[in-house]
Amino acid sequence: MTKDDCKKLVLDIIADIAPDEDLTNVKPDVRLRDQLQLDSMDFLDIVMELRKRHGIEVPEADYLQLASLDSCANYLTPKFNALSAKS
Amino acid sequence: MKPSRIVITGVGLTAPNGNSLPEFRRNLLNGVAGIERMEIRYMGPQLAGVCHYDALRHQTKKEVRVGTRAGSISVYCAREALADSRIDWAARPKDRVGIYIGCTEHGNVETENEIYNLSKFNYDTKFWSHYHNPRTVANNPAGEASLNLGVTGPAYTIGAACAAGNLGLIHATQMLRLGEVDLAICGGVSESIHTFGIFAGFKSQNALATHADPHKASRPFDLARNGIVVSEGGCLYTLERLEDAQARGAKIYAEIAGYHVNSDASDYVLPNPVRQAECVRASIARAGLTPRDIHIVNTHATATPLGDIQECEAIRAVFGEGCPDTSINNTKSYIGHCMGAAGALELAGNLPSFDDLTVHPTINVDHLDPACALPGLVLNQPRKVAKVDTILNNSFGMLGINSALIVRRFAP
Repeated sequence: MTKDDCKKLVLDIIADIAPDEDLTNVKPDVRLRDQLQLDSMDFLDIVMELRKRHGIEVPEADYLQLASLDSCANYLTPKFNALSAKS
Repeated sequence: MKPSRIVITGVGLTAPNGNSLPEFRRNLLNGVAGIERMEIRYMGPQLAGVCHYDALRHQTKKEVRVGTRAGSISVYCAREALADSRIDWAARPKDRVGIYIGCTEHGNVETENEIYNLSKFNYDTKFWSHYHNPRTVANNPAGEASLNLGVTGPAYTIGAACAAGNLGLIHATQMLRLGEVDLAICGGVSESIHTFGIFAGFKSQNALATHADPHKASRPFDLARNGIVVSEGGCLYTLERLEDAQARGAKIYAEIAGYHVNSDASDYVLPNPVRQAECVRASIARAGLTPRDIHIVNTHATATPLGDIQECEAIRAVFGEGCPDTSINNTKSYIGHCMGAAGALELAGNLPSFDDLTVHPTINVDHLDPACALPGLVLNQPRKVAKVDTILNNSFGMLGINSALIVRRFAP
């Protein structure tokens, strides 16, 4: 999986948890909370959906890694690749 | 000191056969029921009253996703009631507004959904939603309305089984009279059709209606009635003190004339006609009226074989043969049992009688059960009457809670 693939998966999740938001121009290097109406419960949703859809665990200490699309990709892509290597 | 006079100045509703009072009323006069088959988890298709309001009229998609169906119904009804009242909402101090919403139950839907979700993940509780608690707290429907409206006054629910819709109005009346708030948004809501448990529970009680034709399934007082049609719905009113309503030139639907709430203290589920009659009599006495002065009695009857007979026994005891101007009807025959919304919705459906002098009938009575034959029962066709000055609404619930609410035509 590439980092771009990873960003798309994260955006797919955000599209479901923030259905009123226009996601066409999300800036990857800007904090998601600074450009979208997302609150702490929404971030818990992202964590939950990563767990449910992809079997990815994000420990609480790492929540800050989900701040922007870029940081999501940096943090999550190795996890996705580790998972696919296992399977 | 004489208590303040309390008046109804706005109505917002969603019923299985209408999403506004004019539409609901039109269907009640035209005999249009609103029951359909709905897939119920673990049980297959069941008869249910489903509402088809536009949730996105007053909520964002995210509010609908995060919140509950009861919360969504509350928001819709509250917003519609406020619009109907023509209150200048932007200018209204939000800390002087109370939201009082009756519920039969709350949290079953959300808990069942979570357990079902968990079953897909081998019952590992790390997949349990972080929204579970805010969705299932008992005040959820009122809380969601307060969030949507920015109401900072008291907002809570009143658990009173199927008497809850009346209790919302009664409690609001009390709070306005106490001066706790200046405007009350009140009534009842229900999301019960989204929990299999309520269907399965009634089925196990042999109290769940079945019929080949969904629109004929809810048939109070008919010999062939065989139980309850479970429905969802909501009806919220704006209530104000008379002087406040008059000061802003509000349209006044009706005045709260009297009410009473009591308990059977006799059984978990079986009604008690003696206590029901006491409740109705006490509401009439509080209104300063006699049974002869009541022009419409809207019954609670849910179409269970025993419950209908017992309510008729209570009505017979109060009204007997000596009330020639009293008409009796039932709204569940159209919309099923809207649970916590029932009392508030069924009252709303009768309010236009003050203007059109017409009593909507009880439909689906092909063969009247002799045990339910009451003088004044309006069957299958609307009845024009000479006078409608008062409406009494019965709503009773499990664990033996009884409520009767009387509204009168407003006269300054």
